[in-house]
Amino acid sequence: MIVKPIISAADAAGRIKEGNTIMIGGFLGCGAPHTIILALKEKGTKNLTLICNDTAIHNFKTGQVSGVGHLVKNKMFRKIIASHIGTNQETQRQMNAGETEVELVPQGTLAEQIRSGGAGLGGFLTPTGIGTEIATGKKIIMVEHNSFLLELPITADVALIKAKKADKAGNLVFNGTARNFNPVMAAAAALVIAEVEEIVEIGEIDPNEVQTPSIFIDFLVKAEQLE
Amino acid sequence: MEYIPNKEIIAKRIARIFKTGEVVNLGIGLPTMVEKYIAPDINIVLQSENGIMGLGPAPAKGSEDRDITDAGGSPASIRAGGCFFASSVSFSIIRGGHVDYTVLGVLEVDQDGNLANYKVPGKMVPGMGGAMDLTIGARVVIAATLHFLPSGASRLKRHCTLPLTAVHQVNIIVTD
Repeated sequence: MIVKPIISAADAAGRIKEGNTIMIGGFLGCGAPHTIILALKEKGTKNLTLICNDTAIHNFKTGQVSGVGHLVKNKMFRKIIASHIGTNQETQRQMNAGETEVELVPQGTLAEQIRSGGAGLGGFLTPTGIGTEIATGKKIIMVEHNSFLLELPITADVALIKAKKADKAGNLVFNGTARNFNPVMAAAAALVIAEVEEIVEIGEIDPNEVQTPSIFIDFLVKAEQLE
Repeated sequence: MEYIPNKEIIAKRIARIFKTGEVVNLGIGLPTMVEKYIAPDINIVLQSENGIMGLGPAPAKGSEDRDITDAGGSPASIRAGGCFFASSVSFSIIRGGHVDYTVLGVLEVDQDGNLANYKVPGKMVPGMGGAMDLTIGARVVIAATLHFLPSGASRLKRHCTLPLTAVHQVNIIVTD
């Protein structure tokens, strides 16, 4: 098996260029690649498009900021595609002020759009969103008397994902609900960087227990920041 | 007559709907309260859209696991026999009709079974999260809501005025 380079979080962040579209795994910060996120915050790369389930936390009252919330606070995004921004007041402020474009997508549709992007599909038909604002401008296709929305695949320049464990080939094992969007994002970007808590030798992970195959992964980063 | 909001009565009534073996997804807020009123002899399976079947109670302080959270991002646990899965699998379960009940919070709900609960344009825009998929996919959609806003306006409408989360999907409204 090909051994994947283990790089620093700063090196990983440096591979993201101005104007790139990036996917970041995690669900309200659980299962997010926090080490790379903080390195990217340091780099301050601008004009990015973010694809992420949510924008984690930014609470004006308590001052708490977590996960990709640091990047939102740093105004690094031109556009954010997410299913939920309710726990990040800064995302809502930037959206209402017209500073950042925010596209809200139903969570299941977002997961499937990313899956389609990585799976070579031209899109998929979903009943989700029929009759709502989500359907605006989208093609409706009838299948056996039922209406479905045609949703298109999405891909990214870079995906930053997080796993519990990797072998040096890049086979990944996740833990608990920290799996969430990480496996679908692993397949849907031109460059995929996995932040992992533990890196073991090839052969030390039972092939039956690999949850994301190594071929999707380009680089590994050792996690230093876990939340 | 003075209106005194009563979330407990709503949560208690919803808890009586479920039967052993049914798969239930509880939304954030008032719907989450339902769990503590489920009778001990009723054994339901809680699904959480962030990737758990068999969601357990919140762990005791000090024994939280940062990798096990509920759909609100709070520390959670998993029951014996439960499992974790990716978001894509979670929504295959949800859209695919494998969840019996979804209990969701409300901004407005109307007589045609329409539900609005994800945005007040220009003001509060939290986003729909998994709610659009849950209302489409769950066998029974339960809207859990206080009857009135603090302003005195009813949350139960003839016709919703806010952007809709679900069109003709609500089966049961439980209110105080």
